[in-house]
Amino acid sequence: MANIRTMSFDAVIVGGGGSGMRAALQLAQSGYKTAVITKVFPTRSHTVSAQGGITCAIASDDPNDQWQWHMYDTIKGSDYIGDQEAIEYMCQTGPEAIFELEHMGLPFSRTEEGRIYQRPFGGQSKDFGNGGQAARTCAAADRTGHALLHTLYQGNLKNETTFLNEWYAVDIVKNEDNAVVGVVAINIESGETVYVKSKATVFATGGAGRIYASTTNAHICTGDGVGMALRAGFPVQDIEMWQFHPTGIHGAGTLVTEGCRGEGGYLINKDGERFMERYAPNAKDLAGRDVVARSMVLEILEGRGCGENGDHVYLKLDHLGEETLNAKLPGILELSRTFAHADPVKEPIPVVPTCHYMMGGIPTNVDGQALTIDKDGNDQVIQGFYACGEAACVSVHGANRLGGNSLLDLVVFGRASGMFIEKQLREGINLKDARESDIEAAMVSLNRINNSAGGEKASVLRAELQTIMQNYFGVFRRGDFMKEGIEKLNALRPRIENVALEDKSNAFNTARIEALELQNLFATAEATAIAAEGRTESRGAHAREDFQERDDENWLCHSVYFPETKTLGKRGVNFNLKTREAFEPKVRTY
Amino acid sequence: MLNVSIYRYNPEVDSEPYMQDFKVDTQGKDVMVLDVLEKLKAEDPTLTFRRSCREGVCGSDGVNISGKNGLACITPLSEAVKGNKLVIRPLPGLPVIRDLVIDMSQFYAQYEKIQPYMINNTPAPAIERLQSPEERAKLDGLYECILCACCSTACPSFWWNPDKFIGPSGLLQAYRFLADSRDTATEERLANLDDPFSVFRCHGIMNCVQVCPKGLNPTKAIGHIRSMLIRSAT
Repeated sequence: MANIRTMSFDAVIVGGGGSGMRAALQLAQSGYKTAVITKVFPTRSHTVSAQGGITCAIASDDPNDQWQWHMYDTIKGSDYIGDQEAIEYMCQTGPEAIFELEHMGLPFSRTEEGRIYQRPFGGQSKDFGNGGQAARTCAAADRTGHALLHTLYQGNLKNETTFLNEWYAVDIVKNEDNAVVGVVAINIESGETVYVKSKATVFATGGAGRIYASTTNAHICTGDGVGMALRAGFPVQDIEMWQFHPTGIHGAGTLVTEGCRGEGGYLINKDGERFMERYAPNAKDLAGRDVVARSMVLEILEGRGCGENGDHVYLKLDHLGEETLNAKLPGILELSRTFAHADPVKEPIPVVPTCHYMMGGIPTNVDGQALTIDKDGNDQVIQGFYACGEAACVSVHGANRLGGNSLLDLVVFGRASGMFIEKQLREGINLKDARESDIEAAMVSLNRINNSAGGEKASVLRAELQTIMQNYFGVFRRGDFMKEGIEKLNALRPRIENVALEDKSNAFNTARIEALELQNLFATAEATAIAAEGRTESRGAHAREDFQERDDENWLCHSVYFPETKTLGKRGVNFNLKTREAFEPKVRTY
Repeated sequence: MLNVSIYRYNPEVDSEPYMQDFKVDTQGKDVMVLDVLEKLKAEDPTLTFRRSCREGVCGSDGVNISGKNGLACITPLSEAVKGNKLVIRPLPGLPVIRDLVIDMSQFYAQYEKIQPYMINNTPAPAIERLQSPEERAKLDGLYECILCACCSTACPSFWWNPDKFIGPSGLLQAYRFLADSRDTATEERLANLDDPFSVFRCHGIMNCVQVCPKGLNPTKAIGHIRSMLIRSAT
């Protein structure tokens, strides 16, 4: 007998970050009984760390800006495996979603005309790459994520969304038709386990940067949604595509926004050379993130790195002047002084490419419906299951995300998921109730950990996992190394399944949560490893030394990882634009 | 070896809280207090505290560090250790759930009381509402609050009346909306604050200013609200 309490909702959103709260807001506004399950108080979600801004063609900086140009940049940035229909939807709908946030109170920085301030970011152009650099990233100083997340929380308070704060979703509950009918979750404070039943379950669980040893991501970014989806037997897409942000603070990993380069900062090597001029003669320091990160690693490998060990490069900002830095990048000044012991007003910041963003995730359509692939290779909607934000792969980022596009992805697809579920709820959703055995199936993992006797410490196993991923699946990848990495993961799997949980207490037991998170980290890491080894080409963030060219003949497609067989399949990229003919793949230069 | 003393309390095991002493090898490095906590948790997984971003923006890890409230993740040992000793306690004045984790319900309730969202019932334009850089500048020093509760739990007035005095954090947010040129509910907001407790229990002690890890000044914001209340009364 599962013998746990049931709570029922029309819609449950797992995750209280940007996309989850945007979806929740939409549903709460329409009067549906909506709950957000979030393992941290909502404003502590990782969206809060986003700095530079939210990219969108609102035509403030340039009155002639067009969303079609943003669409072009995003498709090119994705190295042509972003779904063009989804990118079109995001870029076209974006301005509406941004203005809604502004009307909700988001304190954007302003231009002299009183409009929203926009700054240049990497990979941005006017006139389909022909009109030079664009300034399209809407900013609230360098605290845009903070401003956005707090505004969304405030909007949800206003609309009386139910928050299950400091609750942790453990696993998906599927009914006999393989439809998703809620999750099993733990109230962290009391330790109570509850079946949270829902007609619509939305995963807005964010990323999993903590699979790497060096990451800009918060401690909480442990791939919980991806882990749960994989345990439920659902596939993930393009999970080999991990963005390494060019400017993480060396040693600490904390992010330094691309907005620094947008405002005129640039990277230098130990000779003081502005080396990006060699790698990307036009866009220079504002080339795509994958391009800049690789160039930095090459500088370091070729002996032009900075510092005692020559293992980083410098981001120079002092030439911008104290006044500009205080006004435009106040948060960066704080972070650099605290974590790099460098005052950017006077000296450069030591930076190194650092794991930042998961382009892959749970495949969805534009309405947020999660997808699986049937035996004949056709998309099948998973009833009752939705995903948005970083946990999802809709896919607007393809093989490389442009800076400022993640926040836009959050609000546009959080909103779209909410609107679509609202429509479905209005029309009536009828899913069979979960049987006792269905709920019990969702408690297997939890029970195993609760009953653990012996085993190794979660902290030790986590560190080992992160080291393997860092060493074998980093910025540059190679087949034989990756095979070795996969072997190491295979050896680690039983040890992680057998993780120790000596403390069986109920009240705020974070050791239990960390043991559960470790399972999700591993599931995400394993999928990443197998997909990375399987994609035998270089594209976007996935750079292989043994397959250095992009291979459009074989790999102009999504990879799809199936957990039950641990195999990799392919899924076609969507080239169906509604407003014009598709953008054909071209050689990607900046 | 650094001497670390940490407040421990597990309601299922301990009849009362106690201070536990640890020795930590920091290898002489000036790491953050959170690094010390993480190191100890790796050894003793029962040690319980909140943390997330580890860069001072999410507000999870507000604790009392050698007598002063602050964020563990951005407080270096050089600022926190006195006589080779580091003392870590939960933020004072609110109930303890376990170890360094406090029940923040009263703190959040005060935040919710001030209607922390934009109110503007005029029809929204097709684009953004315009706001000059000067008007926007009035929000600087207000919107950056991360709800860590370091200020309110350092405030004697909040300790005495956590149910009736809004506290520095909530009042900073109250002023954030009063100061926003786009918000039209000034009168309603002031009316909600116009009682002997909500605002006027602030006695200008300024502990809030001293501890705010974001360098914000709630006392100044409270002063602005006081002036607005006095003006609206005359």
